[in-house]
Amino acid sequence: METLPQLKTRLAAAFPKARLEIVPNGSPGNPDSLWVDAASGLKVAGFLKNDAALQLDFLSNVTGLDWLDKTVTEKVRVKREFKGQEIEVDEILEKIVPGYLEVVYHFYSTPLRHGPLVLRMRTENRTDRTHLPSLVPLYRSAEFQEREIYDLYGVIFDGHPDLRRLLMWEGFADHPMRKDYCEPDDYEYEPTPHGALLEKARRHYPREAAHG
Amino acid sequence: MVDFAQPENAFKPGLPGAAEPACRVVPKYSDQGEREGDWLEISMGPQHPSTHGVFRMDLVLEGETVIRLKPVFGYLHRNHEKIAEQTTYLSSMPYTDRLDYFCSMTNNWAYALAVEKLAGLQVPERAEYIRIITAELTRLQNHACLMGFLMQDLGAMGTPLMYAFREREKILDLFEALSGARMMCNYMRFGGCRIDLPPGWLEQTRRLVADFPRFLDEFEALLTGNEIVMARLQGVGALSRELAINAGISGPMLRASGVNYDIRKVDQYGIYNRFEFRVPLGAHGDCYDRFMLRLLEMRESLRILEPALKDIPSGPIIDARAKLRNFKPRPGEAYGRIEAPKGELGFYLVSDGSANPYRYRVRPPSLINLTILEDLCLGQKVADVVIILGSVDIVLGEVDR
Amino acid sequence: MDQALISELKRQGVITIGLETLYNWGRSNSIWPLGFGLACCAIEMIAASMARFDLARFGAEVFRPSPRQADLMIVAGTVTKKMAPQVVRLYNQMPEPKYVIAMGACAISGGPFKQGYNVLKGVDRFLPVDVHIPGCPPRPEALIHALMTLQRIISGQKLTGPDRPRHLRTDAPAEYPVPTHGAHDLEPARNSSLWRPLKITREA
Repeated sequence: METLPQLKTRLAAAFPKARLEIVPNGSPGNPDSLWVDAASGLKVAGFLKNDAALQLDFLSNVTGLDWLDKTVTEKVRVKREFKGQEIEVDEILEKIVPGYLEVVYHFYSTPLRHGPLVLRMRTENRTDRTHLPSLVPLYRSAEFQEREIYDLYGVIFDGHPDLRRLLMWEGFADHPMRKDYCEPDDYEYEPTPHGALLEKARRHYPREAAHG
Repeated sequence: MVDFAQPENAFKPGLPGAAEPACRVVPKYSDQGEREGDWLEISMGPQHPSTHGVFRMDLVLEGETVIRLKPVFGYLHRNHEKIAEQTTYLSSMPYTDRLDYFCSMTNNWAYALAVEKLAGLQVPERAEYIRIITAELTRLQNHACLMGFLMQDLGAMGTPLMYAFREREKILDLFEALSGARMMCNYMRFGGCRIDLPPGWLEQTRRLVADFPRFLDEFEALLTGNEIVMARLQGVGALSRELAINAGISGPMLRASGVNYDIRKVDQYGIYNRFEFRVPLGAHGDCYDRFMLRLLEMRESLRILEPALKDIPSGPIIDARAKLRNFKPRPGEAYGRIEAPKGELGFYLVSDGSANPYRYRVRPPSLINLTILEDLCLGQKVADVVIILGSVDIVLGEVDR
Repeated sequence: MDQALISELKRQGVITIGLETLYNWGRSNSIWPLGFGLACCAIEMIAASMARFDLARFGAEVFRPSPRQADLMIVAGTVTKKMAPQVVRLYNQMPEPKYVIAMGACAISGGPFKQGYNVLKGVDRFLPVDVHIPGCPPRPEALIHALMTLQRIISGQKLTGPDRPRHLRTDAPAEYPVPTHGAHDLEPARNSSLWRPLKITREA
């Protein structure tokens, strides 16, 4: 299979409006992935499926990911007036990078036996603009996996024929695989909790926590 | 597909909730608005003797013919992925046993493979041999049990399943001697295996492998030419090659539709490239092909096991660089997949450099193989739905995770 | 009846037995379980009924697909919150006398999946459990042991008096309320008349 930069060049030529970006993978020996904007995701996937050199006809795996809002500190040099003079000082700026939901696709080719090609799409934010195009018109294998991501993460797949909750019951309000989901506090903790469990146990037994 | 957008047709595409009756009659109207008869809406499962666990299908029948089928999942959703994100890499290993609880060894291997890819660990040769031996033994017992359950779905109550479980118990004895547990082996580790083979284990396994063809011959003589089996399985639930690839079907189901795609051959993970074995392919993609294919695969598994048991070298069983404590892979991601008995079992791991995976995803072959269940069942009789489901080979622990 | 007379009759080939003993003997040796597998433990339950372990030796191999014909519910596996209403409904549909075996760590307390958001932390929050089997999964021998424990419980029951079993009393409930699915959790999350949270006292 051609390398990812080569593929990106070809895709950029085929779809001039698409925003493409190679997401490097920090783990050695594992393939980098290709990020594509949601608007041209379906077209790019169609290209991957039908291109003679790629023939990625087997969408193996669809994964949801949740990235929370994070605060990034940044050092900036700014000009300030100080005793009538203009000097440059360092200032630490705190910037909130909005979180997003991400969907990762792993493609393989059954006739050419290569893969995986990793494609990613991201929603605009985590709250109200969580729409992504559905790949079900191209790949039936995405049907249940996208329903699962809709259920557990809350990504809304436009064009999905039957977007319902897959695992949780109808009427369930939350998206439990999100990182900020709080599960119902409905069990007792073992006598020696530790780590993250200790925090939960403290909340569960407030009186004991008050006594240390 | 039947168009349900008729005004009097009052049932929604959603679920008939738990409190509603399991069976409902829906009047059927023609295009001119005349009443033409009834549709019967049935909720089959989650407690049903032939759904292989807590699986549910919402069926709409016209007479006995299935005109709509919607699978309903989640009755065994045990939050495997969420729990794995809250615990260390190694602590997830016993949970993988409980995914597909027939095949804990292959589940272990798939997860270990993904973590080895993520952390760049090497597996010693002896451990690779042990992995192949245990994985192929797992395939033998899984396929044997599947065929037993399929025969039970056909109405052969007991006998074939008893024969299959008789063989399964022998393999479970080996697993128990090896790992201490019959079903939940928790045997593999990142970069190798947990414990070396006990004395006499190889000899006992060789004896089992030498005896196993007798069971296969017996099974084959009883079943493959059986008139009832042929009448019920042939031509039922045919799956086309194109749809199989498009719907992400994997494992024996994909190959029964004639697609030559075996991950043992494609990825050559482990040391499968050292063994000669053939990949059986089906011609029709129907239930009989899926049934026969598993039988042939068991014979090929034996062809892998024989040289593996002969050539297994001595040496270490775990990579010396593998850390059991304070295991923190570099930030990055990896996707490892193997040819599990049910299909392509993959683990997708995202590390953020901490001791817990940031994202832990199981690519469940059982769930994705069910994508085409409705396509296979439409137009078939309701009694055949049970057989088609049985030939798909699902385990609910993996479907719902 | 005089003990000497009983042994004398026995020597003559006549067995005398109280109605209570006979009734309990018959019940305890013909327990029909509900063929109801939830998760991993169900496979061990099937294995117990297969050739090697042969549950039929104890009269309990007749797995009934319908709750209307079953005496014993073996809760074999993890009860999820999505499944819990159905489990309670199945129990309610069983005729009295009926018994429950909680098989495996998940059915007892949620087991390894205790921290899951969709996992019921023990089936005894909604059903009265007669025998608990620890293990993940319990071996078939453990299931046989649980069955024999249940047989012992049944044989020791008194048919009259204040200790008589539930199915002979009018004040004891034969059915339990079925929980419903709420927006975040089951509603109610437990049957308070059956189960109360344990008080954990910790040493300082």
